[in-house]
Amino acid sequence: MTDASADRSADGHSRAKTSLLQLDVRTKKRNAAEARFKAYGVVAIAIGLFFLIALLTAIVSNGTRAFTQTFVTMDVTLDAQKLDPDGTGDPEVISKTTTFGYGGIIDAALEQTLAARGITTEIAVGDLDQMLSSGAAAEIRRAVLDDTSLVGQTVTFEVLASSRVDGYLKGRVTRESLARDRNLSPEHLDVVDALQEAGLVERRFNWAFITGSDASESRPEQAGIGVSMIGSFFMMLVVLVLSLPIGVATSIYLEEFAPQNRITDFIEVNISNLAAVPSIVFGILGLAIFIQVAHLPQSAPLVGGLVLTLMTLPTIIISTRASLKSVPPSIRDAALGVGASKMQSIFHHVLPLAMPGILTGTILGLAQALGETAPLLLIGMVGFIASNYPDGIAEGFLSPNSAMPAQIYEWAKRADPAYYERAWGGIIILLLFLMTMNIIAILLRRRFERRW
Amino acid sequence: MNDMRLIERAVDMNDIKISARNVQVYYGDTHAIKDVDVDIADKTVTAFIGPSGCGKSTFLRTLNRMNDTIASCRVEGKILIDQEDIYDPRVDPVQLRAKVGMVFQKPNPFPKSIYDNVAYGPKIHGLARSKADLDEIVEKALRRGAIWDEVKDRLQSPGTGLSGGQQQRLCIARAVATEPEVLLMDEPCSALDPIATAQVEELIDELRQSYSVVIVTHSMQQAARVSQKTAFFHLGNMVEYDETGKIFTNPEDPRTESYISGRIG
Repeated sequence: MTDASADRSADGHSRAKTSLLQLDVRTKKRNAAEARFKAYGVVAIAIGLFFLIALLTAIVSNGTRAFTQTFVTMDVTLDAQKLDPDGTGDPEVISKTTTFGYGGIIDAALEQTLAARGITTEIAVGDLDQMLSSGAAAEIRRAVLDDTSLVGQTVTFEVLASSRVDGYLKGRVTRESLARDRNLSPEHLDVVDALQEAGLVERRFNWAFITGSDASESRPEQAGIGVSMIGSFFMMLVVLVLSLPIGVATSIYLEEFAPQNRITDFIEVNISNLAAVPSIVFGILGLAIFIQVAHLPQSAPLVGGLVLTLMTLPTIIISTRASLKSVPPSIRDAALGVGASKMQSIFHHVLPLAMPGILTGTILGLAQALGETAPLLLIGMVGFIASNYPDGIAEGFLSPNSAMPAQIYEWAKRADPAYYERAWGGIIILLLFLMTMNIIAILLRRRFERRW
Repeated sequence: MNDMRLIERAVDMNDIKISARNVQVYYGDTHAIKDVDVDIADKTVTAFIGPSGCGKSTFLRTLNRMNDTIASCRVEGKILIDQEDIYDPRVDPVQLRAKVGMVFQKPNPFPKSIYDNVAYGPKIHGLARSKADLDEIVEKALRRGAIWDEVKDRLQSPGTGLSGGQQQRLCIARAVATEPEVLLMDEPCSALDPIATAQVEELIDELRQSYSVVIVTHSMQQAARVSQKTAFFHLGNMVEYDETGKIFTNPEDPRTESYISGRIG
């Protein structure tokens, strides 16, 4: 022992005697480095949080306005002279009056309403209806056709205001901005102010935005996301039904049964590569195969679902294989040791343990597919007006439709700022769906998680 | 049919359950087991001892073809159980493993209830005709595993919630539930504390009444305590195989002696 210590001091390797109460230079340096690293981490998280909050604030502040809409209440005299001159009461006859024919009735109703409230204006009677949505006439006509007994009566209607009036109430449109607008003049706004004071113009929650269908470019006040929501739903159905069984079966085979050779290596590498392929590539692949070769209908949720299935499969396969891999080999040994066949050991023991991972991967894959826009551009699920609900389940898969993200893209593309607002609103709904799916993923994970 | 009976009787008389002849095992290019010849008797505990990496676990796993799951593993030579070659192409390893049960180094109960752990084997082999039948099999197996008294009131609670020693006895119960003829144990006590080890060793001694037990162990004291026959493995060779008493007191090979006295290993 003494020899050893003598040797060390002779070599000059011995440590100087130091006090534990005093930090030496190296320790100080190391501590400083650690403190710096922690600070970087905190800064990184702070930046991330800042952007997240900025994003959420932007979405909420821009998007919530899309959920409200301005309505105008007025008494409409459904003039029997115009609608049913002979007093037949026959729906056939009444339906001969087109939407255009209701223009006069609406003009008269507005004039009456203003007169009744003592509101004076210099606007010509025929121009007053610019305050209303151009869909108002169709709305009234539909009500009349639904109940022909209304003809000849005076009925109170609540019709949509035009998007300019709506924008005025939401602060988007001002008198200055209307100076060169052909659709509405500042004088109209005076009338709107007066009507609002009288309680006849009101902004309130608009279910039609959630349940309704898209509308033409000139009627943003009527547009809703409901129909494209249905389109997304049918697409997700296709994706789930196809990608879950195919993905899980592929993963089980590759992970548990496939021999390790060049072919399986090649397949594995390509699955990983496919996960990184831009989604628009899958779009053009779907266009080439499903539409041009297989002649499936364009713009159909079925085709969209097939394309998104192709896109989701790698994600599902990779996450399923990872969760199969994470099942400890001791469980497989245990099952084989009591004489279970390979398939029994997988289906009775390995798969249940891998289930949380598989489900999480699948739901995250679905969420990714739900938010995907690019491939839908190529198979024609944008660029038209998804105006009708599908008539049935088969129609739901096959009739042209849009999807939520494609609808949002479509709205954001349109010139009217009213549509820009709806795009934000659509994003809120899309995010709610994604959040719901993520929460379901978390709950399922908790529910199925078992320790071993 | 009569011939079969004769053979069985002969086996009983010879008391030889497993006989291995000229067994070679390769992992890829590595020659892991070289020229092993061994006769393992029925109703006996046979211990395999030897330093780490000597091939004793590998050899144990060739006895119920668990090595089949390793793609690079290749077995040559003959291993006969009751005079039947278990590497015959007609043999289905699944059927073999029902006959040759295995207990692993780390207790590995299924993440299921205690009852389901034991009932799983009999269920997949169709040993129970009814629920009552199955209950009986489970109880019998748990009694044989010397764990019945501790778990009889909580058969539906998870097997993974038991202590390490209890889990290992549960695994032994699970292995005997399928009515095997041979029980292979791969270092069954290496993850257990001394008290649990003592319980498992006692159990092994009882199991000898009904099965041929083959146990791999790192502990020479354990081999000396539980086994009647001991085989010493070194670098893939079976160096010596004899009565346990003889191996530990009067080994013939100098390598065995070095190992037992702690000079190698």
